[in-house]
Amino acid sequence: MSYHSHADLGGQDGHGPVNPEREDELFHGAWERQALALTLAMGATGLWNIDTSRSVRETLPDYPSLSYWEKWIKGLERLLIAHGLVRADEIAAGRILHPPRPGLRVLRAAEVPSALARGAPTLRAATVPARFAVGERVRLRATAVPHHTRLPGYARGKIGRVDRVLGVHVFADSHAQGLGEQPRWLYTVVLSAQTLWGNEAAANHSVSIDAWEPYLEPAS
Amino acid sequence: MSAEHPPEEHSHLSDMDLHVRALRTVLEQKGYIEAPALDVLIDTYENKIGPRNGARVVARAWVDPAFRKWLLEDATAAIASLGYTGRQGEYMVAVENTESRHNIIVCTLCSCYPWPVLGLPPVWYKSAPYRARAVKDPRGVLSDFGVTLPTTTEIRVWDSTAEVRYLVIPRRPAGSDDLGEERLAELVTRDSMIGTGLAKTPGKA
Repeated sequence: MSYHSHADLGGQDGHGPVNPEREDELFHGAWERQALALTLAMGATGLWNIDTSRSVRETLPDYPSLSYWEKWIKGLERLLIAHGLVRADEIAAGRILHPPRPGLRVLRAAEVPSALARGAPTLRAATVPARFAVGERVRLRATAVPHHTRLPGYARGKIGRVDRVLGVHVFADSHAQGLGEQPRWLYTVVLSAQTLWGNEAAANHSVSIDAWEPYLEPAS
Repeated sequence: MSAEHPPEEHSHLSDMDLHVRALRTVLEQKGYIEAPALDVLIDTYENKIGPRNGARVVARAWVDPAFRKWLLEDATAAIASLGYTGRQGEYMVAVENTESRHNIIVCTLCSCYPWPVLGLPPVWYKSAPYRARAVKDPRGVLSDFGVTLPTTTEIRVWDSTAEVRYLVIPRRPAGSDDLGEERLAELVTRDSMIGTGLAKTPGKA
């Protein structure tokens, strides 16, 4: 059990107030624009997927002290090094020291609008019927897993109700590990705040998560 | 950034400027990236795609009952009909605030956010306080935004844990009956489409 995500923050206490910002406050420094553009451009090589990217970011050892765009840059560097595209000495030197990896798909300016408009849809054709129906009671997986997952800790082992059936989607747990898409049925599961946080929570407060079928088992 | 590291902001920012410049130089020298493509990416999210897109979706839903119904049943298609599609909004769900129910969107695990309709997420949306507290203490978070709802209002928090992206349709404000779609869209704030705010009242700032 060596995998540890630092990103699973839902329900943690002690984080203080939220600081609202104006709508036009988008970037706080020129390098943040570059962090966005470099990450998207290198993602277009197709060498890794969004789930892998999330996995490398959430396991950065200094995750809690990094700003959002710092996580993106550090995550990108991890991927570049892991895929043999760049070596650490080159980032330190700020110039090329080793030959490039050949044959990469390079994102061209003219392709950007269509690439963004297309996105990366995760919906796939169903090959098996959905195991659960709207209204059914389900228990979320109780155990931790030694890899990237999208089941938040606060919902583990809790009982909820299927609120929506969202179709069959690329399974993030498999996709992040390089094990292929392994599409699974995806559901919106709603849980009462009292189930999650105890009886002092308001009775008219609920939280939903989107959970793939392998996270769920029937609850009597 | 400023919210998380206020004391060392200046030296830190310039360090990061140098660091990212070095990385970009290496990637360019290797032939992995094309500079004009980076400019287009930045221009797209800085100037073209932002919360005014979502505001137009909401205003349309307020004036057109058939569009509202379509938006609630198949948000992906309804939103695409206005030209907003793609990255981080491939599968959309719209949820409607009413007198009895208020919806709030969060991503506790990272920063999932509906880019085609709202653009890039604000710093607070990606911050630890919002991600930690929205699911457990939504009324406390709302008060950080100056919003107080009656205790009888049901609160539903949607944690975006997969690739579905959520858009809140805020309540249409009182006194807006005579306004056209364009004026209505001006009342729709980004925060009202996340659920941390309400639409503006006509005639107020």
